[in-house]
Amino acid sequence: MTTQTLRPPAEATTTARRTSERRPDSRPAWLFLAPFGVFYLAFLIGPTVYMFVVSFFNTSIVQPGLGTFAGLGNYAEMLTRSDFWSAMWHTLQFTLYTVPPLVVLSFVFAVLANRVQRGQWFFRLAFFVPFVLPSASISLIWIFLFTPASGLWPQFQSLIGLEPDAVLADPSLAMVGIAVATIWWTIGFNFVLYLAGLQDIPRELYEAASVDGASPWHQIRYITVPLLGRTTTLVIILQIIASLKIFDQVYLMTAGGPGISTQVALGLITNTAFTDYRVGAASAASVLLFIVIVVIAVARQLLDRSDREA
Amino acid sequence: MTTTPGWSRRRLLQSALAVGGLGAAGALSGCGSPLAAGLAGTPLNPGTVTFWNLFGGGDGARLQTMLDVYVQEHGGSSSLQAATFAWGNPYYTKVSLATLGDKPPDVAVAHLTRSQNLANADLLTPITDEMLALVDLSPSDFTPKVWDGQKIDGTSYAIPLDTHPFVLFYNKDVCEQAGLLDGSGTLAPIQGVEQWEAALTAAQEVTGAFAVSSANVSENATPWRLFQTLYQQHAGATPFLGDGGTQLTVDEDAALDTLAYIRRMSEQGWLPRAIDYAGSQTQMFTGEAAFYLQGEWEITTAQGVEGLDFGMVPIPQLYDQPAAQGDSHTFVLPRMDRTPEQMQLAMGFVRSMLDQSLTWAKGGHIPAYIPTLESQEYLELTPQADYAQAAEYVVYDAPAWYSGSGSTFENTVGAQVGLVQQQRLTPEQAMAAIRQQLAVYLDTQSPV
Repeated sequence: MTTQTLRPPAEATTTARRTSERRPDSRPAWLFLAPFGVFYLAFLIGPTVYMFVVSFFNTSIVQPGLGTFAGLGNYAEMLTRSDFWSAMWHTLQFTLYTVPPLVVLSFVFAVLANRVQRGQWFFRLAFFVPFVLPSASISLIWIFLFTPASGLWPQFQSLIGLEPDAVLADPSLAMVGIAVATIWWTIGFNFVLYLAGLQDIPRELYEAASVDGASPWHQIRYITVPLLGRTTTLVIILQIIASLKIFDQVYLMTAGGPGISTQVALGLITNTAFTDYRVGAASAASVLLFIVIVVIAVARQLLDRSDREA
Repeated sequence: MTTTPGWSRRRLLQSALAVGGLGAAGALSGCGSPLAAGLAGTPLNPGTVTFWNLFGGGDGARLQTMLDVYVQEHGGSSSLQAATFAWGNPYYTKVSLATLGDKPPDVAVAHLTRSQNLANADLLTPITDEMLALVDLSPSDFTPKVWDGQKIDGTSYAIPLDTHPFVLFYNKDVCEQAGLLDGSGTLAPIQGVEQWEAALTAAQEVTGAFAVSSANVSENATPWRLFQTLYQQHAGATPFLGDGGTQLTVDEDAALDTLAYIRRMSEQGWLPRAIDYAGSQTQMFTGEAAFYLQGEWEITTAQGVEGLDFGMVPIPQLYDQPAAQGDSHTFVLPRMDRTPEQMQLAMGFVRSMLDQSLTWAKGGHIPAYIPTLESQEYLELTPQADYAQAAEYVVYDAPAWYSGSGSTFENTVGAQVGLVQQQRLTPEQAMAAIRQQLAVYLDTQSPV
């Protein structure tokens, strides 16, 4: 049995990328990119710049212009607001609740599904189907399941002799309820990424390993996991960013409640901007969230790089 | 009217995009559809009234009947474009943004408490006596409490349609077994905490479960309504907010007493600890609770339950004075340039709705239009007539830019009251949380 782990050919892809950037006939490429570029500028870059600018003003949605200059007032307000910090914490809490299960479970399910000889399509479908549903549908489904007293979950709890929970009404459980719904909903996406990765691993490696006497567990540990390293990196970074952007499920399932115990950053931002009309203050909160996401993404990238160089 | 968010903001945006796409297609093919007109900014068919509302529940069905009558009387489906949006904050955001974007509806529904914020943001056309006279209306056609309630510094911005207090629904079968009905088969009067608790105890013995149901899961408005009703029954209860929302003027002792009482009802098992909006109705409908606390608009839902014999009365006076949380639905005219014809059309639509106040009253709401309120037909309507008196002592939410029906203020306070009902917070903890969460709003200059 070899202890040498296999690494993906990272070197080769970087050199390939470098040469393609210098191609002389890049003008048609820009032409083809232009339609997308226009939308990108108008709907992403433009509003982002606007966000940075108005975060320094007392801008109101219902009044023309930028309003009075606030300096760092909006930032100071947000950084001293307890509900802002609680919203940031809930966002992080949701991320912590969802990312590990979504990465680990989707990997496990993908490995298991990949070993199924007959009817694999069924498992692929079963795991992926929830993902095609809109967030509104999955929220409604889980609200039904968690309905106090008459929902499936409290009924199941009473059946096995437990005190039924009002999951979404319990400040300490509501976020767990939202996380469970989210895991069920989005696991299919990571599952498919892993399954694709698995099917790229040459069968000969496993055959060779089993000839060398590697147990299935060793095969997973020393062949599957390392060769799926790039997929895992991708899945983790996509998942962290998706989780930090949590909005739909919270808005639909608890609207931030009970109290503000599941209010997340984007919920707070939306409320500040569109129900309190305070775009300036909301933009400041957006910038703060933006910074957090960038920091996490960069940190992840750096860790990954040092990992690979080690 | 329900507070269930049937439409998420995202879905609204998605449909707006879809509508936009359709509009573009319409414009390209050169057809003069309303969608194409909307996209190109050209006026609609001059005879069409656009009307926005937030009635998604039982009262939405009544409204549809009234709109159908208007359409029949005014030349078919091209005379009206009505749209119903998700209740609460999303609706008012929509109305505000549409008005700012210069694409408001001709007429919109607004809660009285919210119309004041819209008016303060300069989003509404003032209602003058001349405008009322266009369709033979005058201020004296409306109940003075509501008419005066909608004015800001003497200027009117809203035409009242109704008043809708928080009331007590009761299951007659349960109450009869509990001996709570009088000779005529209606609930015998209950006054004071002692009689109320005696009634709850008797009712609970019959149901074997709860006595009174009130929603507090995924629902902030109902706990607020319950709190405000009981709080305002205390002598000398001050408005929760003062000075346009910059001061917290709530009477601490009365508020703590009210919260303690809500917790007591929950601890005694009279009131369920955790129940959502639909569940709270079901408990009364199925006899699991004798009483159900909610706005009178749920009458339509209750009438739809086969075999249910129910009645409605004002919330019993437990403390020093009668009071009930409530609000009024009004018609507002969003700010826009209107030709005399457009004004006539908009006011004509309002008049048509007011003329059908009796249909509206069948859906529970107490008419603000005096000719209907004093009509024999309305007085004979039961159980509507049994609680109509509550309109006289309805207490509106304190004015503030973040207050009013379905507002941030209601959500903030209601959420904490809901947690007291769940027995997760003591009254003191709830008040501290309310104080802390409202602080941001008290200290922030109004953005409108």
